[in-house]
Amino acid sequence: MLSRVANSLYWMSRYIERADNVARILDVNLQLLLDYRRLDDEHLARHWTPIVQSTGDEEDFFEMYEEANGRTVTEYFVFQRKNPNSIISSIAQARENARMVRDQITIEMWEEINRIHLLVRSERAHDIWDSSPAEFFHEIRASSCDLQGLIDSTIPRNEGWYFLQAGKYIERADKTTRILDLRHESLPEKGVPILVNQTDALEWSAVLRSCSAWDAYRHIHGVDVGPRRVSQLLLLSPEFPRSVRFCVGELDSVLRALSGVPPGRFSNDAEKRSGRLLSELQFSEIGDIFERGLHGYLDDLQLRLNDVGEALFSIYIYHPFHEGFSDQQQQQQQQTV
Amino acid sequence: MLLNNYASEQFFDEMVTGESSVRNHYQRFVDRFGMVDMEEFEAKRRAVDLAFLRQGITFNVYGDSQGTERIFPFDLIPRIIPAHEWEHLERGLEQRITALNLFLHDVYHEQRIMKDGVVPPFYVLSAKHFRREFVNFQVPKDIYVHICGTDLIRDKDGTYMVLEDNCRSPSGVSYVLENRRAMKRSFPGIFESVGVRPVDSYSTDLLKTMQYLAPAGVTDPTVVLLTPGAYNSAYFEHTYLARQMGIEIVEGRDLVVKEAHVYMRTTRGLEPVHVIYRRVDDDFLDPTVFRKDSVLGVPGLINAYREGNVSLANSIGTGVADDKVVYYFLPRIIKYYLDQEPILPNVPTYLASEDADKKYILEHLSELVVKAANESGGYGMLMGPMASKEEVEKFRPLIEADPRNYIAQPMISLSRHPTWCEEAGFEGRHVDLRPFILYGERTTIVPGGLTRVALTKGSLVVNSSQGGGSKDTWVLYD
Repeated sequence: MLSRVANSLYWMSRYIERADNVARILDVNLQLLLDYRRLDDEHLARHWTPIVQSTGDEEDFFEMYEEANGRTVTEYFVFQRKNPNSIISSIAQARENARMVRDQITIEMWEEINRIHLLVRSERAHDIWDSSPAEFFHEIRASSCDLQGLIDSTIPRNEGWYFLQAGKYIERADKTTRILDLRHESLPEKGVPILVNQTDALEWSAVLRSCSAWDAYRHIHGVDVGPRRVSQLLLLSPEFPRSVRFCVGELDSVLRALSGVPPGRFSNDAEKRSGRLLSELQFSEIGDIFERGLHGYLDDLQLRLNDVGEALFSIYIYHPFHEGFSDQQQQQQQQTV
Repeated sequence: MLLNNYASEQFFDEMVTGESSVRNHYQRFVDRFGMVDMEEFEAKRRAVDLAFLRQGITFNVYGDSQGTERIFPFDLIPRIIPAHEWEHLERGLEQRITALNLFLHDVYHEQRIMKDGVVPPFYVLSAKHFRREFVNFQVPKDIYVHICGTDLIRDKDGTYMVLEDNCRSPSGVSYVLENRRAMKRSFPGIFESVGVRPVDSYSTDLLKTMQYLAPAGVTDPTVVLLTPGAYNSAYFEHTYLARQMGIEIVEGRDLVVKEAHVYMRTTRGLEPVHVIYRRVDDDFLDPTVFRKDSVLGVPGLINAYREGNVSLANSIGTGVADDKVVYYFLPRIIKYYLDQEPILPNVPTYLASEDADKKYILEHLSELVVKAANESGGYGMLMGPMASKEEVEKFRPLIEADPRNYIAQPMISLSRHPTWCEEAGFEGRHVDLRPFILYGERTTIVPGGLTRVALTKGSLVVNSSQGGGSKDTWVLYD
């Protein structure tokens, strides 16, 4: 497979996943506010600012808007074309990458990406948004589900598939860490808070819902929602498909499928890093993580996920580009003869 | 509904005669189409437009900072060509591409036609796309033009004439294939009863044409399509054809040359490439040989080509044949190499670099169509009878300053075809026809081609960049 094609498939997949995650975070948080009666500006800002921080866009955001509230944050993350992580930009990037590999993906996929791209840029998108943001987010998430389903049911399990999976799981793991980090200001720097008040419980429920983890949580842990168990589920669960451990596990098998190297060994940096990260997640307890401090731990996780991604790129995508151009020189010499 | 109040006026109409009766080869279509009511037609029309937009069957509009993509407007009323007419066109086109290939071989080798005084050497050697560097170079299988798109028009008597040849990288064939798909979905019943020859063998024929070119000793050649990239106006077509042929679509940066062999950069390292269907102009192919600022090309590609390790389609330097001054000589070129009369005539043409012609052109500017010898897409053109006095006068000094670069032709009132017009229902609009000719082990021409239609009332310019649309083209079995 062409390296450029692998690159496009990887990013297309990441951007589809990203749009889905951003839609979920915003949807859940808009709904959450309906549960609070009186909120002054300060509280609102305290609610919305972490969402801006979570994607690392704080500086950019405050250049465009004076304060973080429901209107500005949603605008920034939905329709703002200047924000590269907004829904409209993510979909445009997914589509741009899809266009580059139009010959590699199925017509069904292309049509769906194209449809949602045209929709979010249309007047109708704003009409839907004005009448019901929830419906708008539903549309985005449904499209994302559609695309995931189409990838699953129409793409052959060859190299291209592995790059699609790698993009999806790196993005998903990264977003899970960022969603989990949303409430870090309510936590002590180290250790687990003993008492959880009702507002906190609601906020942690929102974290779960942002990861579509609410139902899974109740099955496993019941109705009491607190930071320890939420983190346990979202970081260390071997079963829940959006947990970091699960995603890294999938990522690790994708890398092994690409190289043909069995688990427990490695043939390149990407496998080494993902294998190490996976064993650490497998052999960690949530208590250890809180002892160390959740926020710092999550920061570190994000860096390490990036490292796996970078290694993947240097092996499969950039490596042939490092080779020399001896021919070019030789030929230039011929030209002057 | 279709032909209520329809008037062919003073033009040759594809569907109706001067007495407003339906031509025989349209009768079956008109009978069946008569059963479609307006509401149904509207619904189908909208469905097709939406489908094109959704599938991204669009072209990029250059100079539009929004990066707008537009659909190429599609008219649901097909253009129909009877079998005997098509046979005539086929023979004419085959004759033409054969002569073009012999001509290109000659100008890059013996130059007999110039020595014999049939085509003055000055015109060939000064052609913008003449590649001196390739004189005496043996192209694979001695074929220069593998894919040609020849534009045909019909005059007021319905005579088919050649307006121009496109021997570099003609585009539009993807619309032929997609238009057909859209028509089959919209009017399956009509299709069946009329008896239309299929077009879907094109991709297979194209792939065979490419594989035939494989360098000596390569039995299972890797063919790729080289595109300038996603921002090119024909990118949709590039991905479409690559997908249909099941070959890789590559950009210049995907290819690398090592020891005069071409490779693509893959996730598994470098893999060899043997035949390149290139949709990149000569100038941009290789920055070490042609334009140094090209970032679309592949350094070393030309060297690999010279060494015979990779084949290119079309070959380099075929643009000589697209020069509108060379076009002027095509009837003589056919006669010279094949000793045959041209089956398809040229449009009468005046060369500004011939004194008598120049005088005539300058005296009749407002009656003529003036064209720059090396422009396409409807650019660099003066439509005398429709132009304002200022526009006409703007061309006079241009012609005086560079006569080699201009030709003039009488204005041909292209044939018209009933076409759906938003404001007026069905009206006559001018059309042309671009068949696609493949020249490999044998010559194949997909039945029909791209019918382009000037959607603006009275306009004779069919180019997509200037308000043109397209129609499905039906060649009948009998």
